[in-house]
Amino acid sequence: MSTRATERTVLQDADIARALTRIAHEILESNKGPDGLILLGIPTRGVTLARRLAALIERFAGVAVPVGALDVTMYRDDLAKHPTRTPHPTDIPAPIDGKVVVLVDDVLFSGRSIRAALDALQDIGRPAAVRLAILVDRGHRELPIRPDFVGKNLPSARSERVNVRLSEVDGAEDGVSIETPAGRAEEAGA
Amino acid sequence: MRHVLDTRTLGREDAIRILDVAEDMADTQSREVKKLPTLRGKTVVNLFFEDSTRTRISFEAAAKRLSADVINFAAKGSSVSKGESLQDTAQTLQAMGADAVVIRHGASGAPRTLATSGWIDAGVVNAGDGTHEHPTQALLDAFTMRKRRYGADSRGRDLAGFRVAIVGDILHSRVARSNVWLLHTLGAEVTLVAPPTLLPQDISLWPVTVRYDLDEAIAAGPDALMMLRIQLERMNAAYFPSEREYSRRWGLDPVRLAALPAGSIVMHPGPMNRGLEISAEAADSPRSTVLEQVKAGVSVRMAVLYLLLAGERTNAERTTEEER
Repeated sequence: MSTRATERTVLQDADIARALTRIAHEILESNKGPDGLILLGIPTRGVTLARRLAALIERFAGVAVPVGALDVTMYRDDLAKHPTRTPHPTDIPAPIDGKVVVLVDDVLFSGRSIRAALDALQDIGRPAAVRLAILVDRGHRELPIRPDFVGKNLPSARSERVNVRLSEVDGAEDGVSIETPAGRAEEAGA
Repeated sequence: MRHVLDTRTLGREDAIRILDVAEDMADTQSREVKKLPTLRGKTVVNLFFEDSTRTRISFEAAAKRLSADVINFAAKGSSVSKGESLQDTAQTLQAMGADAVVIRHGASGAPRTLATSGWIDAGVVNAGDGTHEHPTQALLDAFTMRKRRYGADSRGRDLAGFRVAIVGDILHSRVARSNVWLLHTLGAEVTLVAPPTLLPQDISLWPVTVRYDLDEAIAAGPDALMMLRIQLERMNAAYFPSEREYSRRWGLDPVRLAALPAGSIVMHPGPMNRGLEISAEAADSPRSTVLEQVKAGVSVRMAVLYLLLAGERTNAERTTEEER
C-alpha cells in the first residue's frame, strides 16, 4: 500500500498492434466488408488510431477507407468547468450521409466525449449507423454509451490516470500505462 | 483570455491562438448546419455608442453561430441619450446577466475603463474606441493575409517577412493602429503611406516605415496594400485640398493596381468609397480580399467570443486532457 505516485505499464507496443489488428478485422466483419465505411478519429490520439486502423483495413480488404478527424471541443458539456480548451481541426474526408461512421478514440471513460461527438456528427450529416472503436475502456461511464470494438478493458479507479502513448504523437514507443496518484494507491482496483 | 481590448498588449502566442481557433471556426462555417452549441446560455451584449452596421452584425452573427443570446444596445434612442453614464449602463447590463460586452465607443479607452472598473464581471471586447484601437479588425486582416499566403497550411504560422503598406487616413484610424501593433507582433513589416496631414504627430515609437508617396510604396512591392476609408465627414477639416486631389495621389487607381507585383493583395476594411481611395477595378479585382475579410470577421469574432466565454473564468490554461 504505497503512498507515492506509481505508474505501471498495462499494454506494450505489440499488445496495441495486436488489438488494432483485431479491431480492424472486427470492423470488416461486422460491416461485411469495407463498403460505406468512414473512420473518424477524435483528436488527438483518436486520429492517429483511426489512421492506423484505416491502413490495416486497406491491407486486409484491399480498399482504401476514408479516414478523418472529428473535433468535439465545441460540443462538450463541461467547457465551463475547465480553462478554455483549444479546438482541433475537423476533417471530414467524404460526405457521411448514409455511410457507416466508425468513431475512434484512445480511452473511453465518462462517455461525454462520445456524446459530444454524436452531436457534432449530427451537424455534419446523417450516417446510416455510427459505431465506436476504443483502444482502452476504463469504465466509470456517466452516460448510456457502449463501445462496439474494444482493444482492452481496463478496470481502474476514478482517481487513477490512464496514459496512452503513440509514437506518431508522443515520439515515444507505443504503450498504455496507469498512473496512481500519491496516497491513493489503496483505491486502485475499486 | 479575459478581455480583448487592444493588439498593442496582445502577445504573439495569444494572437496566433485566436487566429488558429478562427481557422476551426471558419471550417464550421462551410457546413450546412453552421450553428454550434458551444455558448448556449451565454449572453453577449453589443453595446454600441457609435454607429456601425458591419462590425455589429459581424459580432451578432458570430455570437449567434455559437448559440449565445445577443442583446443589441444602441446608444441612440436609449437612456444614454438621456445622459446615463457608462457606469450606470454597465451596471444595468451586469444586473441583466451579460457574460460578454462588445463595446464601441467614441472615447479612446472606454473599453478598458469598462474592463477594469469593477462595474461588471463580463468579458469585454473592444469593437473600436475613438482613435485608439479596433483589435478584431486587425485580427481578421491578419487572418486574411495568412490565409492568402499559406492557404490550408495556415495554422500555427505568423506573418514573418510579410510586407504590408497601410494607405490613407492614419491619423484618425483605429484600424491602422491595431494593425500596426498586431502585424509587428506577428513579424510583418509595416509601411504607412499618407499625406503628412493625415499622419499622427509623433509616431517615432511605432515600429513602422513612413512614406508620403503611394507610387514609391507600390514600387517597393508590398505583399498587401491596405487602403483605409477616407471619412467624408472629415473633408471640411482641410486635411487635403480636394477629394479629387486625394484620389489622384493616394487612391488605388487601375494604373497603380497594375503596377503591384503578382500575388500581392488589396485589402479594405469597408465600407469603401469607390472612386475615392479605391477604384472599382481594384475593389473588384481577384487581388481584392474585401469579401474574404468580411467572412474572416465572423470567424475571428467567433474565436474571440469562444476564448473569452467558453472556459472557466480563470487565467490558468489547461495543458492535458483528463476527461474523456
